[in-house]
Amino acid sequence: MATLEIRDLHVSVDAENGPREILKGVDLVVKQGETHAIMGPNGSGKSTLAYSLAGHPKYTITSGEVLLDGEDVLAMSVDERARAGVFLAMQYPVEVPGVSVSNFLRTSATAIRGEAPKLRTWVKEVKEAMADLQMDPAFAERNVNEGFSGGEKKRHEILQMELLKPKIAILDETDSGLDVDALRIVSEGVNRVRETGEVGTLLITHYTRILRYIKPDFVHVFAGGKIVASGGPELADQLEENGYEQYVKGGAAE
Amino acid sequence: MADVTTTPGGSTTSGSIQVAGVPGEFSTSQPGDARNEAVASYDVADFPVPGGREENWRFTPLHRLGGLHDGTAEATSGAIKVDVTAPEGVLVTAVERDDARVGAAGKPVDRVAAQAFSSFGKAGLVSIPKDAQLTEPVRITIHGQGGVAYGHQVIEVGAFAEAVVVIEHTGDAVLAANVEYLIGDGAKLTVVSVQDWEDTAVHVAQHTALVGRDATFKSVVVTFGGDLVRLHPRVVYNGTGGEAELYGLYFADAGQHLEHRLFVDHDTPHCRSNVAYKGALQGQDAHAVWVGDVLIRAEAEGTDTYELNRNLLLTDGARVDSIPNLEIETGEIVGAGHASATGRFDDEQLFYLQSRGIPADEARRLVVRGFFAELVQQIGLPELQERLIEKIDAELEATVG
Repeated sequence: MATLEIRDLHVSVDAENGPREILKGVDLVVKQGETHAIMGPNGSGKSTLAYSLAGHPKYTITSGEVLLDGEDVLAMSVDERARAGVFLAMQYPVEVPGVSVSNFLRTSATAIRGEAPKLRTWVKEVKEAMADLQMDPAFAERNVNEGFSGGEKKRHEILQMELLKPKIAILDETDSGLDVDALRIVSEGVNRVRETGEVGTLLITHYTRILRYIKPDFVHVFAGGKIVASGGPELADQLEENGYEQYVKGGAAE
Repeated sequence: MADVTTTPGGSTTSGSIQVAGVPGEFSTSQPGDARNEAVASYDVADFPVPGGREENWRFTPLHRLGGLHDGTAEATSGAIKVDVTAPEGVLVTAVERDDARVGAAGKPVDRVAAQAFSSFGKAGLVSIPKDAQLTEPVRITIHGQGGVAYGHQVIEVGAFAEAVVVIEHTGDAVLAANVEYLIGDGAKLTVVSVQDWEDTAVHVAQHTALVGRDATFKSVVVTFGGDLVRLHPRVVYNGTGGEAELYGLYFADAGQHLEHRLFVDHDTPHCRSNVAYKGALQGQDAHAVWVGDVLIRAEAEGTDTYELNRNLLLTDGARVDSIPNLEIETGEIVGAGHASATGRFDDEQLFYLQSRGIPADEARRLVVRGFFAELVQQIGLPELQERLIEKIDAELEATVG
């Protein structure tokens, strides 16, 4: 069973006046089949955690380790991490002009699966996954994220998650900017992948709204660059009620 | 009316717009004079030998021109081999320089073009009769076999005819040439000029299109090879309702100098022009120059024009000079705009693709291919699109990675 272990992770970014530490010792273990919600106020470092795990070059790991089934994730390049089974659904997916969605998906699936998917079954697979997410088939011929609405971008991210079948999926504020219908459709997509029991999910969010659709097994409060409280789903209810105030007092969050 | 846009990710814009208010009120200093009409003559003697400081020569490494600019390049026999294949009904022949069609599109505007005009032997003529609808392209292949050549080619399209002409340059030569497109009223001409020279070739040419009333001229310039290529596509309108689309793709490798200077002369009302050139550069001293001059004269009411240049720097050590110039002498136009941007690889695009398991080199190829594909999609010739993408892929296989 796949397990992601994050041990005492410290991460900094280059700022004008030298490096600034954003993650200050994160410890977390995510197992295949589990869903962990990471909740926290703006600026607490939630997204930094997501991008650091995916290997974004902007972030420097200063200490700690990240292991996927014992393998050193931090030693891997961005694409190696993805092939090892780490997937990041981004909050702001970038446009790639001139590259069609269908070309992108196939190139990506070929890289992840280690061989080109058979054309016939692949077309069917993509069609069905798109239909499930209520995406127009014409979508496949558009350029990646170019002119996509906020909702279309998020559906496209979850479409990739469904097709690439990661071991560990990190969803960075997937709920932000979605109306209720889009949130439901996207959540259903995430749930389809979760129901296979083969993915460990790290759900990063500011709001509790998405947790009505995606039920977490664990809830962690993130503040000041680390996890400051952990519990079951009931913790989310408390946050809904009381907000983050008790966790950010005393300057724990920046 | 005129606007400048840039792409995100550290790109730069270099452009200038001059709008003259009341005609004749002022004509003060204009950086990079858009008129590009200082001298025009068939006679090389009317042009001084450029020294390198002149506005239209300042980017060109003169010492690499093989003497085309100073009269020292003497034509050698057999330097180029020209083959023309054309569908039935198309006249393919050679004519003397006193033929009325030779020089009809316009005069040479720089020393090398004038040198070519003064030095060619016979002019090649491809004449497509009026009303002809060609189902196959006319193909002109120019193969350099070493040595110096001066050429002249006239492509004449009769009224309401439709034709595609593909001109391909391969091999090695020092070539200066003028190509004229005489496009009859209501005719449609698409010309694809591919510069796929060997690394040592020198190619300087003026392409002048005379666009008839309600005629459409589409030019696709693809420059990959050669040590120094300097092309000067020009468009002049011969009646109202003319339309010109000028597309270009170039890929400069280490040491290559690829220069495209365009001039669209809107001197006729209700004409349109659209210019889109894109280039990628890789390697030490890869140099691309793009100059886009558009002049909307006072009498050209109802003009609609846009020009765009995008450059993608794939490595350090490459250099781009991109200069759009739009000069507007009347406010009674539909639209006028320009955009120029030069950027590096977008790290966020690479990160996104890599985060989907795509290895770095493949991700880079995908981004570059996409960069060009965006332009190729606009060209609107399916059979050509495929070939261009294949060509770009081949170039990418050989270089990016």
